[in-house]
Amino acid sequence: MAEKEFWRWKEYNWHDESTDWNGCDTITAGVDVGSVSSQAVIMVDGKLYAFASTRTGSDSPESAHKAMKWALEDTGMTLDDIHYKVGTGYGRVNVPFADRAITEIACHARGGNHMYGSSVRTILDMGGQDCKAIHCDERGKVTNFLMNDKCAAGTGRGMEVFADLLSVPIEDIGDLSFQVEKEPPPVSSTCVVFAKSEASGLLRKGWPKNKVIAAYCNAMAHRVVSLLERIGVEKDFAITGGIGKNMGVVKRIEGELGIEALKTNSDTQIAGALGGALFGKALLEKSRKK
Amino acid sequence: MTTAGIDMGAKNIRVLILKDGEVIARAEQMAGFDTAESAEIAFNNALGQAGINKDQIDRIVATGAGRESAPLAQETVTDVGAAAKGGNRLIPQARTIIDVGAEEGRAIKTDAAGKVMDFAVNEKCAAGAGSFTEAMSRALEVQLEEFGPLSLKSSQTTPMNAQCAVFAESEVVSLLHAKTPKQDIARAVHDAIADRIVSMVRRVGIEPEVALVGAVSRNVGFVDSLKRGLERDVIIPDDAEFVGALGAALVAAEG
Amino acid sequence: MKANYGYMDGSGEFYITIDTDLCIECADHGCLEGCPKGMFAIITDDYDDEVAEIKGEFRKKIKYDCADCKPVADRPPLPCVEACTAGAIVHSW
Repeated sequence: MAEKEFWRWKEYNWHDESTDWNGCDTITAGVDVGSVSSQAVIMVDGKLYAFASTRTGSDSPESAHKAMKWALEDTGMTLDDIHYKVGTGYGRVNVPFADRAITEIACHARGGNHMYGSSVRTILDMGGQDCKAIHCDERGKVTNFLMNDKCAAGTGRGMEVFADLLSVPIEDIGDLSFQVEKEPPPVSSTCVVFAKSEASGLLRKGWPKNKVIAAYCNAMAHRVVSLLERIGVEKDFAITGGIGKNMGVVKRIEGELGIEALKTNSDTQIAGALGGALFGKALLEKSRKK
Repeated sequence: MTTAGIDMGAKNIRVLILKDGEVIARAEQMAGFDTAESAEIAFNNALGQAGINKDQIDRIVATGAGRESAPLAQETVTDVGAAAKGGNRLIPQARTIIDVGAEEGRAIKTDAAGKVMDFAVNEKCAAGAGSFTEAMSRALEVQLEEFGPLSLKSSQTTPMNAQCAVFAESEVVSLLHAKTPKQDIARAVHDAIADRIVSMVRRVGIEPEVALVGAVSRNVGFVDSLKRGLERDVIIPDDAEFVGALGAALVAAEG
Repeated sequence: MKANYGYMDGSGEFYITIDTDLCIECADHGCLEGCPKGMFAIITDDYDDEVAEIKGEFRKKIKYDCADCKPVADRPPLPCVEACTAGAIVHSW
């Protein structure tokens, strides 16, 4: 049996060709090694300079190196040119070149603050295997958080189980979920295993696939909203991570909360790594003052 | 007096008929899609076995997760109430009854008459009941009936990090890739589910004797892990999976 | 910061919330000895403050690890909550 890929994001890299990093004062990097994908971000004097996103392999140190190598591609920069490197994410303690490991919670808050602006108070990060709800202040410091990586409900994996059951490509789920005459009630079981049996029952009952998909997107939204209630949702609100790209879930979360999530042109996948690079800058400046 | 108990379980429906306190029939049917229809089939099979017709049954009581949708039943009794009653009948000396089914696990403290004193339930999460074992046997590609015996071949403790059945499936696959012997993985799975059941039992307090009932009591791997976790023996009655139906039929007889 | 350790699954919400702002001022660290399972640790967090956390290996199963302190029959005060002189620990269930 082969491990399946659940969130098939493209691998990519980018760098700002208009900036010459030579002679710049602070060059910092953040590397976010997640369970599914890994990102690296390089900042030069507080400005985003380069980033890359790759699939995480079986080995964290290797994935960290790969992401970093990609971000550095065609920049003429080498790892040694970077003054401070922060590791974050699930594999943060296994980033061999990192000067410090920072939790993904703190990095997401700081990265989100930079990406969406200092008015952002609530950040929901929906990953492949976990779901994080973060409340932060105007400086991007975490004031309240929870992480759920125990239960597959409300994670990309939960959605993958459904995509498999219905034989629908995962990236089509969002669109299909809106192709229903009337919004169905949510699948009632939270547990993915039980929800799967429930969905099989609905299909046998004659429900069209799209209706089952809508019922599951609805259930996932409801589940995530109950997670958010623990930390309290305050505007501005932002959604990052893999499921943040699934409008079938996002729109329903917004509907249930009665709050629209902030939009950004930035790639929200890099929020964690960006936060790492920002932490790196602060830590570097602190160490230079001593 | 003749009474019947219908246990509308998540996976199987079981019917038991009592005549003047003696069991005269028992039947089992997969719950399937139309549970009411499956219940009718099980009920008619039980009637056939007893050689009686429906009119000869004085009272019918239903129990189980789907008890509200049971056809024919005049009344219902909770899973906890039925397991306590049935468990007490089969193992009168039992004061702690552990009932593990496909989707739920229960620990019940009872008095000498089978009255419920306290109880705790694992529900609505597959990690806490038989579904967990089923999902793992599928991931390992081992028949469920062979999964328990396979576990007994292992003397190795392998910790499992994942709690959720969905994540545990991937962990089982990773363990396979890492060349962990299947028997050791089987034991890791049974140890994991037994651990969760044991902590639930501790919440009600373990008072001897301890009886284990419910369909998962047929899984020797689970039983072995459970005994190790509880650090004591458990009594498993012959009709362990019919305890709910028996309890319901006993409640019906009480009128 | 309110740090919520634990999870929500189909069976309920199981979180231990630690108010780390109260931890910062605490020198007693009663939580370390207070929990019979030793689930707490004192760490230097991302903002360089010394605070308590629930160790990683317990976060996915606190419903079960805390079960011994939460008998069904009577609810004695939780030892971790009692031991925390800063009043920083709250259980959600």
